Formats: sequence, C-alpha cells, structure tokens
Amino acid sequence: MGVEGIGASVVRKEDRRFITGRGRYVDDIKLQGMTYAQFVRSPHAHAKVKSIDSSEAMKMPGVVGVLTGQQIVDDKVGNLICGWAITSKDGTPMKMGAWPAMAPETVRFAGQAVAVVIAETKNQAKDAAEAVVVDYEELPAAADITAAIKQGAPQLHPEAPGNVIYDWTIGDEAATEAAFKSAANVVSLDITNNRLVPNAMEPRAAIAEYNDAEEHFTLYTTSQNPHVARLVLSAFYNIAQEHKLRVVAPDVGGGFGSKIFIYPEEMVALWASKKVRRPVKWTGDRSEAFLTDAHGRDHLTKAELAFDASNKITGLRVKTYANLGAYMSLFSSSVPTYLYATLLSGQYNIPNIFAEVISVYTNTTPVDAYRGAGRPEASFVVERLMETAARQLKVDPAELRRKNFITAFPHQTPVIMAYDVGDFGASLDSAMKAIDYAGFAARKEKAKTEGKLRGIGVSCYIEACGIAPSKAVGSLGAGVGLWESAEVRVNPVGTIEILTGSHSHGQGHETTFAQLVAERLGIPISQVQIVHGDTDKVQFGMGTYGSRSAAVGLTAILKAMEKVEAKAKKIAAHQLEASEGDIVIENGEFKVTGTDKSIALPMVALAAYTAHNLPDGMEPGLKEGAFYDPTNFTFPAGAYICELEVDSATGKTSFVNFVAADDFGRLINPMIVEGQVHGGLAQGIGQALLESAIYDSSGQLVTASFMDYTMPRADDLPSFKLSHTTTLCPGNPLGVKGCGEAGAIGASAAVINAITDAIGNNKLEMPATPDRVWHAIHG
Amino acid sequence: MSTIKLTVNGKAVSAEVEDRTLLVQLLRENLNLTGTHVGCDTSQCGACVVHIDGRAVKSCTVLVGQANGANVTTIEGISKGDELHPMQAAFRDNHGLQCGYCTPGMIMSAIDIVHRHSGGLDEDTVRHELEGNICRCTGYHNIVKSVLDAAGRMKVSQAAE
Repeated sequence: MGVEGIGASVVRKEDRRFITGRGRYVDDIKLQGMTYAQFVRSPHAHAKVKSIDSSEAMKMPGVVGVLTGQQIVDDKVGNLICGWAITSKDGTPMKMGAWPAMAPETVRFAGQAVAVVIAETKNQAKDAAEAVVVDYEELPAAADITAAIKQGAPQLHPEAPGNVIYDWTIGDEAATEAAFKSAANVVSLDITNNRLVPNAMEPRAAIAEYNDAEEHFTLYTTSQNPHVARLVLSAFYNIAQEHKLRVVAPDVGGGFGSKIFIYPEEMVALWASKKVRRPVKWTGDRSEAFLTDAHGRDHLTKAELAFDASNKITGLRVKTYANLGAYMSLFSSSVPTYLYATLLSGQYNIPNIFAEVISVYTNTTPVDAYRGAGRPEASFVVERLMETAARQLKVDPAELRRKNFITAFPHQTPVIMAYDVGDFGASLDSAMKAIDYAGFAARKEKAKTEGKLRGIGVSCYIEACGIAPSKAVGSLGAGVGLWESAEVRVNPVGTIEILTGSHSHGQGHETTFAQLVAERLGIPISQVQIVHGDTDKVQFGMGTYGSRSAAVGLTAILKAMEKVEAKAKKIAAHQLEASEGDIVIENGEFKVTGTDKSIALPMVALAAYTAHNLPDGMEPGLKEGAFYDPTNFTFPAGAYICELEVDSATGKTSFVNFVAADDFGRLINPMIVEGQVHGGLAQGIGQALLESAIYDSSGQLVTASFMDYTMPRADDLPSFKLSHTTTLCPGNPLGVKGCGEAGAIGASAAVINAITDAIGNNKLEMPATPDRVWHAIHG
Repeated sequence: MSTIKLTVNGKAVSAEVEDRTLLVQLLRENLNLTGTHVGCDTSQCGACVVHIDGRAVKSCTVLVGQANGANVTTIEGISKGDELHPMQAAFRDNHGLQCGYCTPGMIMSAIDIVHRHSGGLDEDTVRHELEGNICRCTGYHNIVKSVLDAAGRMKVSQAAE
C-alpha cells in the first residue's frame, strides 16, 4: 500500500470545494434567460380534476405560461414507468396503473402535480401558482395497506382490481409447510416496517434548456444515475432522442435511493423548456420533498420461524404486504420482492423458506428504494425473529445465532441467493468483544440498582450488493443491465482522467477511485481527475445505488487500467529496448526488472501521443475503456450490538454503547468506509427510534416538514465503535463488497432488540418513541 | 422594493430587492454566494447558517430589511486566501462531510459554538449545540469529532494571534 493507495485513509480531494462553499449543486446554476417553474399540486389524496382555470394566473406579473396535465398528455409525453416486471403467483403480470407526469383527470396522492406555472422569477411563479383555480371532485381515499385491501375499498387504478399490484411468492411452500408441521418449536411475530422519508439534505431540482437550432435538450438534475435518466427520458417518455439529450448531475447533495428515479418534475421541466423556448428551473422545497420524493419501506408482515428440538432452524414462513403508494415508481416492484425476500435467509442455515409478498396501491406518495431497499426490511424480520426465538427458547441470543450460522461457502439459500464467502462468527466475536457482552449481566444489575432498565440487542445482517450480474437481474425481470463502464485517459503529460458511470453524491469517489490509480501506477492522487455525472463526457453508466460503486464501478476502472498498463508497457519496452515481460510499474515509472533502466509515465504518455517512435502497427494515444459485469452479487455482512438504558418513568431511551463489526472485504479508504457506516447507522437508528411518515385516514401526510418528521439530530445519536473483519470477495479482483447500506440494514433490529430486552416486553413497533416505550412498560 | 446596504465578507454591497426577500435569497441569487444552502422551509435544517455581526443566524429566517447595515459573513468569507479556517480544515481532516450540502451551515454554526464556549467543549455539549443543524450523511460522528478538533485548533491559533 502506498501512502495514497488502496487501504490508505486519504483525506478527500473533493472536500476543498465543499468546505469553502464552492460546490456546484443544481440550484447554484443560472442560465441566460432562465425562467422558474412552480407546480400546482393537489391538496387532496384522491380526486377528479374537473377543471383548471389559469386565466387569473396568466395575468399575474412575470408569468410566461401555465401548462396543464392535459397538455402534456396531448403532446404525447409518455407515462412514467416501473422498470422491473414482477409476475404474480398465478402467472399474470403486475398491474401497473397509468402515471402521467401531471394529472389530467385524476389525482391519487396529496401533492401530485396538476399544472405548472412558468414565470420570470421564483416569487412570481409562486404567486401565480396560488392564483390557478382547480376544481376538484373529492373521492374516498385508501391511505394505508389495511384500508386499501378491505372489501369495498376505494379503487385507485382500473388496471388493478382490489388495489393489488401483484401477489408474488418465492421458495417451496409445501416443504416449508412440512417443516412447520414437524417443528419442535415455532416462533411468530407481527411486524410493521414503518414508512420513511429519505430526506437527502439537498432538495431535488432540475434545469432544462432547449436549443431549437440544434433540437437539443440539456437537463441539469439531482440524479444518482444521469445515464439511466437519459435512457428512460428518451426511450420511454418521448421527450428527446438520446443523442439530443444531455443529462448532467453535478454535485448532488445526498440521495439514499431517492435520486435514482426519474420524477415528473424533470419531465415537465424538459417539456416546458421547449414549450416556452426558455430555460426552465425547478427547485423543490422541503415540503415538496416530503410530498413527492419516493418514500421508503412500509410493510406489514407476519413471520414464523420453525426450530427442531436442538434449536436448529428448520423453516421460515413470511407473508408481507408492501405499500407502493399511488403509482409504481421506477424500481418499486423489485424492492419488496427480489431485494427483500431473497435475503430472508439472513446469516443462517435455513433449509426451507417460503415467502408471499402482496404489493398494493394506496393514496399516498409512491414508495421505492431507500438506503438498503428491501434488505433492511428482510434483516429486521430475521433478526427480530431470532431475538424473539432466543427469549422463547430461553437461550442466549448470540449463541442461538451462532448455532445456526452458515459456516461453509459457497452457500445456496432456498431463495435464489448464493452467498460466496463470509465469516459470520468472526464479526459476531468482534462485536461481542467490543461491547464486553460477557459483562453485560453485571452492568444490567448495576443499572437496576440505579433505577434504570438496561438492555442489549444483537443484529447479524447480510445484504446482497453490487446489483449485480446483468443476466441474473434480467432473468428476474429487470428492464436494464447492471454493469458499469469506465474509461481511463492518460493525457500527453502523464496526468490521468478516469471517466466513470458511477456517480458520487457524498461517497467520495473522486478520492477512492483515484486511490486505485495511485496503487497501480504509484502516482499521487493529485495527478488523477475523476469525471462523472455528465452524459456528454461519460458514454454510459448505470450510476450509484445498492453499494455498487466499488464492487462494480471500481472494477470497471481496474479493467480499463489493465488495458492502459498493457499498452504503456509495450511502449516503455520499445523505448527502453527491453522485453515487454520485463517491465514493471513502480512509483510512476516503467522499469526493466533487474536493471537501472526506466522511463517515467509522462514520457511514455508523450511517446504515445507524439507517435514518433511506437512499436510497428501500434495506434497512437493512451486511452482505454471497459465495461464490467459482475459474476454475482456481493455479500457484505456483520454484527451490530446496541446497549442502552430506558427511563421507565418517561420511556426515553439513552444509548450506552453501539458497536458495529462489518465485513466489507477489502477496504479502499477505511476513513470513508467508516463514514458510510456512521451515516447508515444513523438512518437505521432513526427508523428504530424517531422517524415515521404518518398519513391520516384521508391521505394527508401529517409529518410533512422537519417540524413534524423527526430527523435524527446530533444529540439523538451516540458515537459509534466500529471494527472490521475481512473475507475477500471472490467475485471481483479487488475483493471489495460495498459498504454504503450496511448501517441502515443492520441497526434497526439491534435497537429494538435492546429496548425490548430492557423493558421485558417484546411487543414494540418502530419508531420506539418514548410514548410507545412508556406504554410498552406500563401497559 | 427597497434598497439594502450591508457588508458581506468584508465588502460593502447594495441591492434593490423586494421587501419580502430573505437574506439567503439575496446571498444566493443577487450576490451569487451559492455556498449558503437552503435545505428546508421551516428553519429547522441549518444549511443556510451565516454570521450576522459575528453570531450564527439562519439566513432563511431573516428578511433583508433586518440585515440592513449588518456585517454578514458567509462560508465563502472565512478562509484567509488559500489558508482554510481551522474549522474548515478540521472538517476535511476528520471526514466531517460527505455530500457537502449541510457543510457550510455546519461549519458556520460550529465556529459560533466554539466562540461561545471558550472555556472548553465536550462531546455532549457539541451534540446539544448542533441541534439546529441537520445532516443526513455522516450520522454526526465525524462532525462532532471535527468540532472538538477545531476547538483545539482555534484556541491555538487565537493564542498565536
């Protein structure tokens, strides 16, 4: 490892612009002649749009135009799509209702846009939007799963009778049934996985510019995957052909999944920019973010675990209802199915698993992937069941887990996933040591004498990341391939530009990706520039989500690097009159092994571009590209243990200690990896203790601001104790697994297991607010 | 419309703006100081924190008229040329930022916190004092580390001055 190579905690190259206020986010961009868009949104969760009168608004100062849902339909802009096809157990395809970018006839969630005002200034657009008069005929709303599936429930989409999108199953039902019939013990649990609002700190924004001379659009947008945005906007939404649409995602202020999807606002901005022949800017405010960013989670689950007499698991049976909201967002269908039920084996040998997932429409904001996407829901089910089982069977929760751990790899689970490698015992040991698990009983006793209820909770998570071999996801219904691309450009002076289809919105790629180059060539990371987020610069890419940027994106860079190195070695060998096989690369120099002959990288690069003296038949230049498609998912795993105290008088929870032992394979930059874990843990703890999106029965989101929705603050969280165990991922040459989602996947169960341990009552829903905890203690 | 005169990052500025204009709008839209961010519409998140006459204030909650004649410092105004403010350097060195969006407000609040606790800071105080600044990326772990580190650095640099 060099000082800036793989494994070094290098401070981030990108930080200087962020700490000096020179980041460039979408809302920081101003274009000549730019106008501002303000959406007119439905106040009702379910209503017919009878008429829209924009005559008063059109007379307001600065108004350039008012455009409605009917106009966008008339202009044949396509409906929003869901890009992952799920087939129900009866063989029928999922039932997708139409989702126009602005509603021409029916609104199905509060906040859905029906019209947009374009004006010279943002304030003028806001004023005029207030003056647009929409006549609604209110319809009864189904605001949650229970309301949506009951007899006589309001129907959202004619395509989906009973509001059911699909009823999907995985696993062997008969074998699982048999396992339960012969079980010595059965543990069952009803679980609500609360609905969350992602709340990246930068609200979504879009600027669209149409050049009529070139018939070309440019879209600046807050996206985790600008190339996917361009593909979807051109292939499905009929807005522009791909070569006539440039999508730029500059600095993006967090995503957590919510900026994967293509939203109505970007489509409308593009379409409107052509209508008004001016650039159109839309910047969402936080209230719009709450109402329109895709939410996360929202499951109702019944889960049962069967054990034999020796406490070995023999079967798992799960039935989950998933709320997908009013429309099917881009990857919504895959989250409660292939990203959830395929992880229900957890870290355990479970010979028989059967799961049924029924996804339903409700009159709420669409629900899609949010940090972890399906895997936190699976991990919560499995780890709450294991804890409950340990209590019911009267055995130590850590030991019950250990007894059932998978220890031989590769391991084929009954739910598609084939775990490649892991050492679950090692991470559990590491976490138990870090928290002094053995000394807990004494600490609990001591706390008791001080009038405090102390609890400890374990959570052993596994996730599937990288997402994943294109062929595999294609066979499961994905509409896209999930590889990654890279291009390595060595400039004539020897500096290097790496073009990647991954996108950084906080992950630090400008540093970690450069560290790979430093490792390979021995040059400082200051000589390397990472280029991403612009479809004019990077040819194609699938973007960043699913903890895939290192395992897939960085491997693509490695593949392109290998090609560059091979050509550079040929050039160096030619220049040094040596054999290509004798050339090694060290400290930025190409050396002939066993001699003192060498040539520096800039000289090799210059030779490649002057082309005065290259091997016969070699093309000039030093630039190579690669596409990399992984052979399997990666399987990060680990053990989290939370120790906390509950004040029985107030129900308030206070952390004593939170330890995380993760196995992410090889770490490129441990400092950045730990930062990712911290952030994930905060979101997992936020879900467990604080966060919940709540709708009233009429479909109004009553937690639609930071005053009502409890975001984790600094004083809600502890400092975390992290450690790492390592099994290298055999699926990629770097041995990396991914670290972006782990914290959010594993933390919630650890917290709830700890609180329920402290209070001696296992019935406790998330978020475990002081009120809920108090009632769980006192009844 | 009103004419507003104030000092921003040491420079006298004046602008003709609607009375309802917020200080953050003036900074971002009229003065192109886009380092100050807007993360909410209820004065909760703190992405917009600047210093007005040396005190940390959420600039989304200040009408420009209220800032008339004031001395405003934004994130763009705290480093001395290429030399970072100790709080900026501490955030970089402790990985106290990820996406960078909350960072300017965090740094401006944190400087004020250190100034107000010249007798010393501990973790609990920093966490409590950061209540008005929301970060979604870092879990605050490294932000708290950064602030405590910077408190030490600021003491040293103050002693040197």
